[in-house]
Amino acid sequence: MKREIPLIITFVAGVAFVLQYFIPHYPFNRFENIFSDWFSIVGAFAIWLGALSLMKLCLLNISKKSSDWPISLLIIVSFLAIVIAGAIDGFHGLNNVPATSFRDPGTNFDWLYQKVYTPLSSTMFAILAFFVASASYRAFRARNTAATLLLFSAFFVMIGRVPVGDYLSGWLPERMQLSHWANWLMAFPNTAGQRAVMIGIALGTVSTSLRIILGIERSHLEG
Amino acid sequence: MDRLKALLFLTSVIILLCLPAFSQTDAPTRLVGDAKPAIESPAGPPSVEAKDTKNDDGSAIDVSWQLSPDDQRLVTKYQVLRSKSSTGPFEVAGETTKGQHTYTDNGVKVGESYFYKIAAVYEIKSTDSTSVTGKGESQVIGPIKPIAQWFNMRRLNVLIWLLVTCAAILFYIMQAKSGKELYVRKIAGIDAVDDAIGRATEMGRKVFFVPGIQDMDDVATIAAITILGRVARICATNETMLDVPVSRSLVMVTARESVREAYGKVGRPDAFKEDQVHYVTDDQFGYAAAIDGMVMRDKPAAMFYMGGFFAEALILAETGNNAGAIQIAGTNQPAQIPFFVAACDYTLIGEELFAASAYLEREPRLLGSLKGQDFAKGLFLLAIFLLLILAMFGYNWVSIMDVS
Repeated sequence: MKREIPLIITFVAGVAFVLQYFIPHYPFNRFENIFSDWFSIVGAFAIWLGALSLMKLCLLNISKKSSDWPISLLIIVSFLAIVIAGAIDGFHGLNNVPATSFRDPGTNFDWLYQKVYTPLSSTMFAILAFFVASASYRAFRARNTAATLLLFSAFFVMIGRVPVGDYLSGWLPERMQLSHWANWLMAFPNTAGQRAVMIGIALGTVSTSLRIILGIERSHLEG
Repeated sequence: MDRLKALLFLTSVIILLCLPAFSQTDAPTRLVGDAKPAIESPAGPPSVEAKDTKNDDGSAIDVSWQLSPDDQRLVTKYQVLRSKSSTGPFEVAGETTKGQHTYTDNGVKVGESYFYKIAAVYEIKSTDSTSVTGKGESQVIGPIKPIAQWFNMRRLNVLIWLLVTCAAILFYIMQAKSGKELYVRKIAGIDAVDDAIGRATEMGRKVFFVPGIQDMDDVATIAAITILGRVARICATNETMLDVPVSRSLVMVTARESVREAYGKVGRPDAFKEDQVHYVTDDQFGYAAAIDGMVMRDKPAAMFYMGGFFAEALILAETGNNAGAIQIAGTNQPAQIPFFVAACDYTLIGEELFAASAYLEREPRLLGSLKGQDFAKGLFLLAIFLLLILAMFGYNWVSIMDVS
């Protein structure tokens, strides 16, 4: 029964979802919202499992004095700081008339969010620019025919998308200008390739869903 | 005499200065307080039509009308007025700007009857923010009862495609079950899984499996968990340490069970440690930063990125590359595939991510579904080609397919 019950639930939920897409009549039109609410509720409870797992791992690292124990300590301090700040602001907010949220501007939680979290998050995102450069450098090396084609395509797209491209080819007829080549590459070969990938993904999704609904695919249940 | 001249000059200056004050008496009348001018009312729309919205759950009515003859001259907006009785009272169900002649009323309940009329409105705002309006109303129409449909005809083409795809998959699954040998094309990225883990075993380093930042309601994450099961089995057999940092609690629970089962299946339940699969954070860049740190400290020999990835894809893959790991990636996000191709050794493109578990298991029924999937793709190619030919001969195939 340990295997059968999840398979039955999966089958019933999967069929219900397929039906609600094609049948707008009640009760099928409610299925999506109901399942979404259930998922949110289960997810809200599961977040504690995640938080506990993180805390447990960090405490273990500290107690064992692992090489990265200061990082674990920092995680615990950060975690507690944001939780305590949010809780205090939340309780204060309940006493206000009308009640205010811990996320409102001017709260301690908001200060931590704006002054600590947002800059850190932006920093990580900014690193992406450097990684794009290093990845492009490796990808655009002309090692074989395909890589050489990629190099030329990338050259035209990049130079066609910056002002210097227009400056260099501005004297040519419009259809010969670098920006026109870049737009053509993006609009036709690139779009065709992207759509082929998307059709493949859609078919793969249908196939995987069918395998899961029918219980043919069980490895996510049993390893 | 000089005094008389000076007096005349002064009188002229005063008259000139006062002239603007006299001229202001001809300025437009401003609306102040209760002083409201007579407003001309536009003619109401000559005809109104209301009908149940097709292919819905009975929560909407489509209302359309002929524009008022004064649409361009006086009308500033149209009000859609709704009532449950032909005699009123009518409430404003919605508004459109002038020139618009349709409105979908989403504020109705299935099974109840409604009456409608349209008011062509001329409205001007005065300086004290009060508005002055003139209205011309159409005749009342109704009753109209919204009805819930049992099938959305707009999605008939999707149903046909879905049935054809499912039929093809089921047909090949049955063929595979009957023992017929099926040829499945080689996928280099999946073939490299064993080699990557083998390298980690030889080097005595960890294997990292990153299942993306999507939750368990995303099919790519489910596909990733199925691949994780297989990777965990090889790691357990080779006695290689597997580390699975996750960004969603539900994924952690599912992945943990999958890895536990995998270790049990190869007779190594004792080697499984719960903390192998651990939660990091739900935050996208926090997750990327944490994994980058682990990778730079632990220097894993192999890294797998399977599931839903967004902007963090390249941050993760480039860090793994700098650490010298063999990297195999697969995602259902087309925008991230080029980044993985650039930074990883092998990339599962498009449907290959979903084919991976079937390919790894080599189980006939799973391989059958893979074959059916390829057959459906062939049908799609044929359909695209035929519709392209139709379009070249001037047939608007979009309207042919639209069965609403």
